[in-house]
Amino acid sequence: MRGRDEEWTGLMRAANAGDAAAYRRLLEAVAPVLRAATYRGLARAGQPVDQSEDIVQEILLAVHLKRQTWDATAPFAPWLFAIARNKLIDALRRRGRRVFVNIDDFAETMAAPAAGDTLSPGEVAAHLDGLPARQRDVLKSVAVESASIKETATRLAMTEGAVRVALHRGLASLASKLREP
Amino acid sequence: MQTDRLIAALAADANTTPRRIGPMLALALLAALPVSVALFMSILGMRPDMRTAMHNPFFDLKFMVTLALAFAAIVVSLHLARPETSFDRWGWLLVLPVVIIAVGIAAEMTMPHQRPWLSRLIGNNAMACMASIPLFALPFLAAALLALRRGAPANPTLAGMTAGLLAAGLGATLYASHCADDSPLFVMVWYSLATAFVAAVGAIAGRRVLRY
Repeated sequence: MRGRDEEWTGLMRAANAGDAAAYRRLLEAVAPVLRAATYRGLARAGQPVDQSEDIVQEILLAVHLKRQTWDATAPFAPWLFAIARNKLIDALRRRGRRVFVNIDDFAETMAAPAAGDTLSPGEVAAHLDGLPARQRDVLKSVAVESASIKETATRLAMTEGAVRVALHRGLASLASKLREP
Repeated sequence: MQTDRLIAALAADANTTPRRIGPMLALALLAALPVSVALFMSILGMRPDMRTAMHNPFFDLKFMVTLALAFAAIVVSLHLARPETSFDRWGWLLVLPVVIIAVGIAAEMTMPHQRPWLSRLIGNNAMACMASIPLFALPFLAAALLALRRGAPANPTLAGMTAGLLAAGLGATLYASHCADDSPLFVMVWYSLATAFVAAVGAIAGRRVLRY
């Protein structure tokens, strides 16, 4: 575990120094750990574990948007898990409320085909359509169709700078939409 | 959306490193300063006997208390803006202004006075004090909350309360230069009530706006 923590801390320091590849490696390395922790947390709370990916994505967004609050002289893992814990608790609280509301629609939920659940695009994707057009287009291009900033700029006839701004704003608005109860 | 695609999007946004909270809080408070000072000068202004008042140690003590509150609350606010810190670890700093005022009260009690202690405690400006401190604190509170929105507090209510304390400390510093009641007893009662009010407003606002 210590070796892992030190690796993460090193990657995050590199990321803060502008190394996007290190940043990506870090997020790819933490995602499975967050997934396992979220899965466990949901199971313990008696919630359906198929929501764990939504929560993992929410955590990753928060990590991204709040990474300036990490103190570069401190280890990365405690900071990461503090955010993860916060987001999991938040999600459980929100889902608890939602489950309560859905009791009225119980019959309808039962009638839906079971396969519908596994095919759901996830909560983050569901909020994409609610974003302002430009942010949505850029996010879809970069995150759904895996286009680079440059390709997206050409495709949408925008400057690369404008794509970057729209991407950043889009991620921030996604996070705030996910936060809404 | 696939998680690995989301990660790709986050990595594509890696170069827009958000600004750190400390400098942002400093900038925000500096921006709020002229607003509060303008409010202060247009409504109250400094007391006319400023020069003689400055020779009174209890006049100076008011500033020690209010500035100690402001600085302690700024430090605690910056810690609480991080997700992995807790109030238990840093909150004790907020005891500092309380200690200063306690020492002040003890010192004042040992001195001979023309006015009895109850009359010094009630003073002449209690209502003005209670209204003015929150008023002058408000621009600081708004600025602090705006800057702290960049943070990721584990407890947004506590973070908001601390923002309220720092705003009250700064607002009270302005008010202290107008108020002719210099007794630490007066400060203990009325400044504290006004501060508690601003802290409560900060806690309620923080609960809403500091969630991340």
